[in-house]
Amino acid sequence: MKASVIVFPGSNCDRDLKVALAASMDAEPDMVWHGDSELPETDLIAIPGGFSYGDYLRCGAMAANSPVMREVVKKAQNGTPVVAICNGFQIATETGMLPGALLRNADQSFVCKDVDLLVTSENNRFVGSFKQGQVVRFPIAHHDGNYFADQETLDELEGEGQIAFKYATQSGELTEDANPNGSLGNIAGIYNKAGNVLGLMPHPERLISDALGGTDGKSFFDNLVNSIA
Amino acid sequence: MKARVHISLKNGVLDPQGKAISNSLHGLGFESVLDVRQGKTIELDLTDMSKETAETEIDKMCQQLLANTVIENYSIELID
Repeated sequence: MKASVIVFPGSNCDRDLKVALAASMDAEPDMVWHGDSELPETDLIAIPGGFSYGDYLRCGAMAANSPVMREVVKKAQNGTPVVAICNGFQIATETGMLPGALLRNADQSFVCKDVDLLVTSENNRFVGSFKQGQVVRFPIAHHDGNYFADQETLDELEGEGQIAFKYATQSGELTEDANPNGSLGNIAGIYNKAGNVLGLMPHPERLISDALGGTDGKSFFDNLVNSIA
Repeated sequence: MKARVHISLKNGVLDPQGKAISNSLHGLGFESVLDVRQGKTIELDLTDMSKETAETEIDKMCQQLLANTVIENYSIELID
């Protein structure tokens, strides 16, 4: 299996993502520069977190319009799996690959901590061995993670089972206190309609070994790779 | 030709920065302030063209990059 990690100026999680993917695959992913207009042959595209283009104008706005993203959008439309983490999620909404937008956190503060997430989609092709109703723990680190969409879009996401993860308590309750950024419906991650694009604010690549504090992220990438390979 | 694009969050979209500004103004005693919405202004310096062409061109820029129409409104002001 081959994977590509897109590299933007300013992104700071691209190498973490590479390490996480390499640990779950039997090969190193290709690192693809944002200015490239072609992608190598690939079975998975990963869009990393971390302040692409310094978050100028709007988080993800410049990156969404970079040359390589035109190819990414085309591949996604043709069914190539795409996983977009944190700033990657913002970029994916800016390109229109995913609906909605990510606003400034409701309480204005940057949040950096581990959070509990309820797995909410039953046909979660990327997280095969995560069961619906299971609670997993990933870190978050963002200033603009407040998911927003109009009511019609939210209803559609819920109705079509497109919500992948919701911020929850350790026992899986969707409380306001468990929501770190004000996201509507406690939404932490969503799929596109076709189910091949997943965007999520939390960083599974930061919890891939006990030495880092947990392995739920490792399970996430193992599941992701197994679902494709 | 110069132009200004004003971008603001749509009504109903939470604007925590506007809220913080509003609180600060209240703290300073400006009780007349009912609400604050923070936006941004982008100034463009353009080659000479007709107003119509400029508006069409800038509208495209807003749709493609300058504004996120899911959450933001924009207005275009042309300055000679």
